[in-house]
Amino acid sequence: MSNRLFAVVAFAIALAIAAASQLIANEYFFSAAYTVLLYVILATAWNILGGYTGYVNFGSAAFFAIGAYTTVALFYAFKLPLLVTVPAGTAVAGLAGLGLGYLTLRLRGVFFAIASLAMAVVLFTFVVNWDFVGGARGAYVIQPSEVPFGLPRYIHLLFSIKVLMAAGALVVARAIETSTVGRGLAAIRDDELAAESAGVPTLKLKLFSAAVSGALMGMAGTTFPYYLSYIEPSSAFSLSYSVNSIAMPLIGGMMSWMGPLIGAVLLGTVQQLVQVTISSAWNLLIVGVLLVVFVTLAPNGIMGWVDAWRQRKNQ
Amino acid sequence: MEISTALLFNAIIAGLLLGGFYAAVSVGISISFGMLDVVNIAHPGFVILGSYIAYIVNSRYGFDPILVAVALSPLFFLLGMALYRVYYLCFEQRGQESLRGLAFFFGILFITEVVLILVFGVDYRTVKSVYAETTLRLGVLDFPLRLVVPFLVSVVMVVGIQLFLTHTFFGRAVLAVAQDQLALRLMGVNPVRVKQLAFALSISTAGIAGAFLIVIQPVEPSIGREYIGLVFAVCVLGGMGSIWGTLLAAFVLGLAESFTSTFFGPSWAPAVSFGLLLLTLAFRPSGLFGR
Repeated sequence: MSNRLFAVVAFAIALAIAAASQLIANEYFFSAAYTVLLYVILATAWNILGGYTGYVNFGSAAFFAIGAYTTVALFYAFKLPLLVTVPAGTAVAGLAGLGLGYLTLRLRGVFFAIASLAMAVVLFTFVVNWDFVGGARGAYVIQPSEVPFGLPRYIHLLFSIKVLMAAGALVVARAIETSTVGRGLAAIRDDELAAESAGVPTLKLKLFSAAVSGALMGMAGTTFPYYLSYIEPSSAFSLSYSVNSIAMPLIGGMMSWMGPLIGAVLLGTVQQLVQVTISSAWNLLIVGVLLVVFVTLAPNGIMGWVDAWRQRKNQ
Repeated sequence: MEISTALLFNAIIAGLLLGGFYAAVSVGISISFGMLDVVNIAHPGFVILGSYIAYIVNSRYGFDPILVAVALSPLFFLLGMALYRVYYLCFEQRGQESLRGLAFFFGILFITEVVLILVFGVDYRTVKSVYAETTLRLGVLDFPLRLVVPFLVSVVMVVGIQLFLTHTFFGRAVLAVAQDQLALRLMGVNPVRVKQLAFALSISTAGIAGAFLIVIQPVEPSIGREYIGLVFAVCVLGGMGSIWGTLLAAFVLGLAESFTSTFFGPSWAPAVSFGLLLLTLAFRPSGLFGR
């Protein structure tokens, strides 16, 4: 399937889901599905740098929070609507990815991983001390009382936006994966030195993938202030975003765009169920344990099983 | 002006005392990351685990937390041996340590944190000790014993490790692993075995540092994260695997944090170590004392 056709199909499915789900009466469905879709975007974004290029980002929450706080800052300063803050937050987070990449991607891969964690804490401290966006007390962003497109509630709109964003993230990931850029990234992942000697512009490609990955994470965060109408630093920078965006691609499989999608839908749904039936601390424990179990016992994730099964069938 | 001079000197003293403690937290990372090339992000998780073990024994039997931690350090040693075994078999042997090994340790860190939250909740825990409430005064200078005692024990521990590494056969084998594993193999030494024991040593220092931490301040499960940046900042700043460098870098960071919280407010302190780490990585990745 060509990328253009894939994009058309993905957005058509997204619009169909957004339209069909409006028939669902249960309000909780929207907030649960919103969270699962959020994880689809984060996992897909993480995988562009992590799975395709082989660089671990521990700071997904920081990029997410950059998107969220861009929305807050623009809302407080100019009362700008989501239509403007979504691209703005995406751009700022992309620049942050580029900057962090520029500082550390020339070093060994592990330094990028540590620096991404470092950036999360520096930004967290910065936001806690930045009174304009509420500081440690947090900030209120009131949902507009009139919902566009005749939707009954604001969460319906947020859910629909998230479906489209998730489709967009998957289209971008697949386009990168199937292009020459994607092959260059795979070469970096498998042997960076060999790739460099073969003429692959490694630093440029790494910076590109860090910027795209960061931008998509930021995009996922831009709607966050509207989701609860309230935002405070420790929920926007929550470690569970970072852990989930690593665990989901690892569990689903990191080699293709389907892996993070499968991982995010599975793990996200399980977490929603556990959160309702048992408790939120247990659901974090499950993510951690699954991450460790999969990474030690099934390093290629669910898609790895599927591939092995396909190969056996062909033989 | 007299008050501000006193403030300045007290900030220096607090920074140095804190720096001694930071050296104890980071020396394990200098061994595992700096020498063995095992990126143990879960290190602070074991520090917090050490704090909670000291807390349990202290609240139940009233033993001194630091003595408890030293006495129980063999347990951490065994834990470290087991953890390295898993890491070696699943990642190092297969050449997958750079991505999956990192994710593995991140998962371990997260699991320790969540399990501690499930068992103990998110309340801050403290320990009782004979010296916790006492502060020595020399003129305007304050020496709170809850900082002085961990400082002394920790400097002894770090210097001890340095002497151990440079003056014993096993210690030199560890330094050799850091330099050239293949050469070690040719000399008939099994580098995996050496790495396993050295990694176990690094985890035992984490357990002991945990006891220092809970003597210095109240502990709750998620504060371990704040130390991730700190330990790596100290390790990189100190020149990756140099124990003397670790000690000096720990003092630099202790002073920097103490000055920041004295003159800009404690809410900025967490950014100091991470900020220094980012700056070091960007401009001088070989560390302050590296070549």
